Amino acid sequence: MSQEESDISLIIAQIVQKLKGSNLYAQLERQAWASLQRPEIKLESLKEDIKEFFKISGWEKKLQNAVYSELSVFPLPSHPAAPPEHLKEPLVYMRKAQGSWEKRILKSLNSMCTELSIPLARKRPVGEQKELLNKWNEMGTDEPDLSLFRPVYAPKDFLEVLINLRNPNYENGDSLSFRTHLGLIQVPLKVKDIPELKECFIELGLNTGQLGIDDSTQVPPELFENEHVRIGQKVLAEQDSAAAQQYVRQGSPTALRAELWALILNISSQPEDILYYEQLKTNVIQHDLLVDSLIYKDVKLTASNDDYYFVFEDYLYQVLLCFSRDTSVLSHFAYNSASPPKSYIRGKLGLEEYAVFYPPNGVIPFHGFSMYVAPLCFLYHEPSKLYQIFREMYVRFFFRLHSISSHPSGIVSLCLLFETLLQTYLPQLFYHLREIGAQPLRISFKWMVRAFSGYLATDQLLLLWDRILGYNSLEILAVLAAAVFAFRAVNLMEVTSLAAAEAVLADLSTLKVMPLLQIFLFATVT
Amino acid sequence: MSRPKNQNYKGHGLSKGKEREQRASIRFKTTLTNTLMDVLRHRPGWVEVKDEGEWDFYWCDVSWLRENFDHTYMDEHVRISHFRNHYELTRKNYMVKNLKRFRKQLEREAGKVEAAKCDFFPKTFEMPCEYHLFVEEFRKYPGITWIMKPVARSQGKGIFLFRRLKDIMDWRKDTRSSDDQKDDIPVENYVAQRYIENPYLIGGRKFDLRVYVLVTSYTPLRAWLYRDGFARFSNTRFTLSSIDDQYVHLTNVAVQKTSPDYHPKKGCKWMLQRFRQYLASKHGPQAVEMLFSDMDNIFVKSLQSVQKVIISDKHCFELYGYDILIDQDLKPWLLEVNASPSLTASSQEDYELKTCLLEDTLHVVDMEGRLCQRSEKTAEAAVLLPSSPEESFRLIPGYGEESNPGRCHPSLSSPPIPAQQHLTAFASLPPTWQQLCWLSSGCLLLGLAPGFLHTIPRHLCTKRQPIPRTG
Repeated sequence: MSQEESDISLIIAQIVQKLKGSNLYAQLERQAWASLQRPEIKLESLKEDIKEFFKISGWEKKLQNAVYSELSVFPLPSHPAAPPEHLKEPLVYMRKAQGSWEKRILKSLNSMCTELSIPLARKRPVGEQKELLNKWNEMGTDEPDLSLFRPVYAPKDFLEVLINLRNPNYENGDSLSFRTHLGLIQVPLKVKDIPELKECFIELGLNTGQLGIDDSTQVPPELFENEHVRIGQKVLAEQDSAAAQQYVRQGSPTALRAELWALILNISSQPEDILYYEQLKTNVIQHDLLVDSLIYKDVKLTASNDDYYFVFEDYLYQVLLCFSRDTSVLSHFAYNSASPPKSYIRGKLGLEEYAVFYPPNGVIPFHGFSMYVAPLCFLYHEPSKLYQIFREMYVRFFFRLHSISSHPSGIVSLCLLFETLLQTYLPQLFYHLREIGAQPLRISFKWMVRAFSGYLATDQLLLLWDRILGYNSLEILAVLAAAVFAFRAVNLMEVTSLAAAEAVLADLSTLKVMPLLQIFLFATVT
Repeated sequence: MSRPKNQNYKGHGLSKGKEREQRASIRFKTTLTNTLMDVLRHRPGWVEVKDEGEWDFYWCDVSWLRENFDHTYMDEHVRISHFRNHYELTRKNYMVKNLKRFRKQLEREAGKVEAAKCDFFPKTFEMPCEYHLFVEEFRKYPGITWIMKPVARSQGKGIFLFRRLKDIMDWRKDTRSSDDQKDDIPVENYVAQRYIENPYLIGGRKFDLRVYVLVTSYTPLRAWLYRDGFARFSNTRFTLSSIDDQYVHLTNVAVQKTSPDYHPKKGCKWMLQRFRQYLASKHGPQAVEMLFSDMDNIFVKSLQSVQKVIISDKHCFELYGYDILIDQDLKPWLLEVNASPSLTASSQEDYELKTCLLEDTLHVVDMEGRLCQRSEKTAEAAVLLPSSPEESFRLIPGYGEESNPGRCHPSLSSPPIPAQQHLTAFASLPPTWQQLCWLSSGCLLLGLAPGFLHTIPRHLCTKRQPIPRTG
């Protein structure tokens, strides 16, 4: 068997393995049994008839979507003998850096714990449980004393870690040459340049219609928008995940976005999912975690103070508190370079049998974490669906924005991509900013870590996230960051300090994302 | 600011003819010190006059108007920011009275269906004169909630909710007993209105919409609807169980500001654009279009209902703030109309909205005379006869104008409508809103006042440089 064939059979085996344990498998089996009653199924051609039945009834489509979903999410092993750490992160020095960063976070969390003498977790007394249940839909009205809590870390702390990342096997000599990277990130990862990005993001080109550009008031809707909406409705009728992903590259119409995203992420609200959410809710009510206070603090500091998202405060608690108890999130650590922190039952430190993951989902929230959820509240109003969408978005995309890895969509690559684009195509600006002590990454890092949530206007943000889903990659964040700098280059050339540069780039709420991206990628003379 | 009390016939804008032709600046006066002052001061060619100086433009408050309007002579070009008897629309009891009368008239003239379009205000009774009618209605629907509002107060003062007759009997006793002490103070008028118990909630919170409508004349009726506006959120979650909690039910920013949850940075407001997007992603664009055209219907019908009652003085214009509540079936309800909507900004976004609104208002009022060249003599005639091609637009609202601004309105390609037809159209305004006069493309073509249009389009107009805040 050739290499390719053996790869494919390995992939197929893996996917089958994964799907066998899923709900879909059970449903398909049930459907197959039920279909035996049907007259068109004949014993002689059982296999083909059942396959035909699946095709007609739409179950094949569901299976297709599930397979596609697995392909998108789960990275493919490069070698069957590769150890599991390689799936998380192939480069050793990155793994080490991630490990020591995690140790630091845990230390900070533990010291906060001992300082405030609050247990990591405790069971709520019955009275408190009842109270919380009553207040479940309006937890935002609660004003607990959070003054002693501080966020475990903020994006800028993380940036410092990334700046100090070095590959011990790489020696680029002391002499500066034109190849020297002038930015903050000093690791040699491969990033795309504009010609490669143009190829990758070909649907964003000047000759293709886009929502965000070709649906503005001046353009008559017959030119693009009406047809695009019609195609979108067709895609939804077909319930095809892959088609939806392709479709959304040109933007999603507001009315169809919620369903399209659910289709791409392969989320369908089954009764089991709603039950699962209710179970998580019960967990929240029964036990109180220290992480809860961190979540509260984060929401109060960020989303509640945002002009647009303050309305959704209650939903944020309902989603994030349940998220921190969801152990199914632990499965994403198989391909995340991070590892969930472990905690030991009191008195049994070091004994593996008494180790639990803390928080149960293994994700420690940082300052701004709640902003990942806030824009989704615009689209989904039912808590369990909102929850599922957020969880899927997190395990597909957002986790890469705060863990150290060499993945092309990981934050390290995004930073390097941003800096390289700026240095290559706006060298004068880059050099000027560097000279005045305003390294561009220091300003754009927070945008990328939050996927621009809270910085752009919501409709623009949703158009951007359409493309993230459509291309299944976060690289567009780095391209947008560079495009913003290019757009404000004239003003930036005149500033003389970091503070002034920050001021020029403080307000992004008036920016239109798609024209910026299009101009930067396709309309700038390079 | 002292003013001689015995001043009659104080002339404003009076000057010798030649001087007026050559005057290069417009003298404005206002007592407000918020965004309005910023906008007026930044307008090129506008000069502030203080105290007793003569003015060409006065953004007055209603109390001044009440005391002085009748004694003030105003030159032809002078403009003042209120109509003499605006309270026909803005006092809750008069508004309801006018609407009820208009509805009856519509039913007589055009049938039940047409009249049903006026069903956008909840059942209201004026107190104390309609007390018995109210009690009858109350007994018909026991258990529902009613809201009691003073007719002439603002900012949510004096409003309370009740479910039992006992509650207002107590209130009546209270007000009466206090009156016994001071007989010369009249009993304040209130209206009792059915409380809308199923408001549309976002994030569990109740909100109402503030929309701005500028009326430059009542005969003929010329009104402009501003594209932008905002939704004001109540800070606490909506529940019917706590009708004493004023903070939950009243969404005026003034009341919210005193709520313990209030954070000034939040502002509790969403711009209309964002509200539209939210609704569109939840209910689809058609439902949103329907909602907004129902709102247009509210504006049109309410203005039509007072058209014959309000004294239309050519010096007057008025910027109304309409408060609209949406219920869970996406039906808009008219809560009230404000003659002096707050022009103080609560956040940067709000500041930008209000400055653009006021700038466009001033464009439309057009003290500079840029929109239509009217000679002074034929000023009267120009209202009825088209003196320029743009004015022939006035009768017909532009359909789909939003998608092709700057392009010729279809009516331009046909010959201008002869004067006779103008007169008939003005004289007997049929009840369908399409035939109401909306000034639209005149300003658009000249690129002025881009904010005003006859319907709110899908997208905001172009952003422009905000006026720097002073003070």
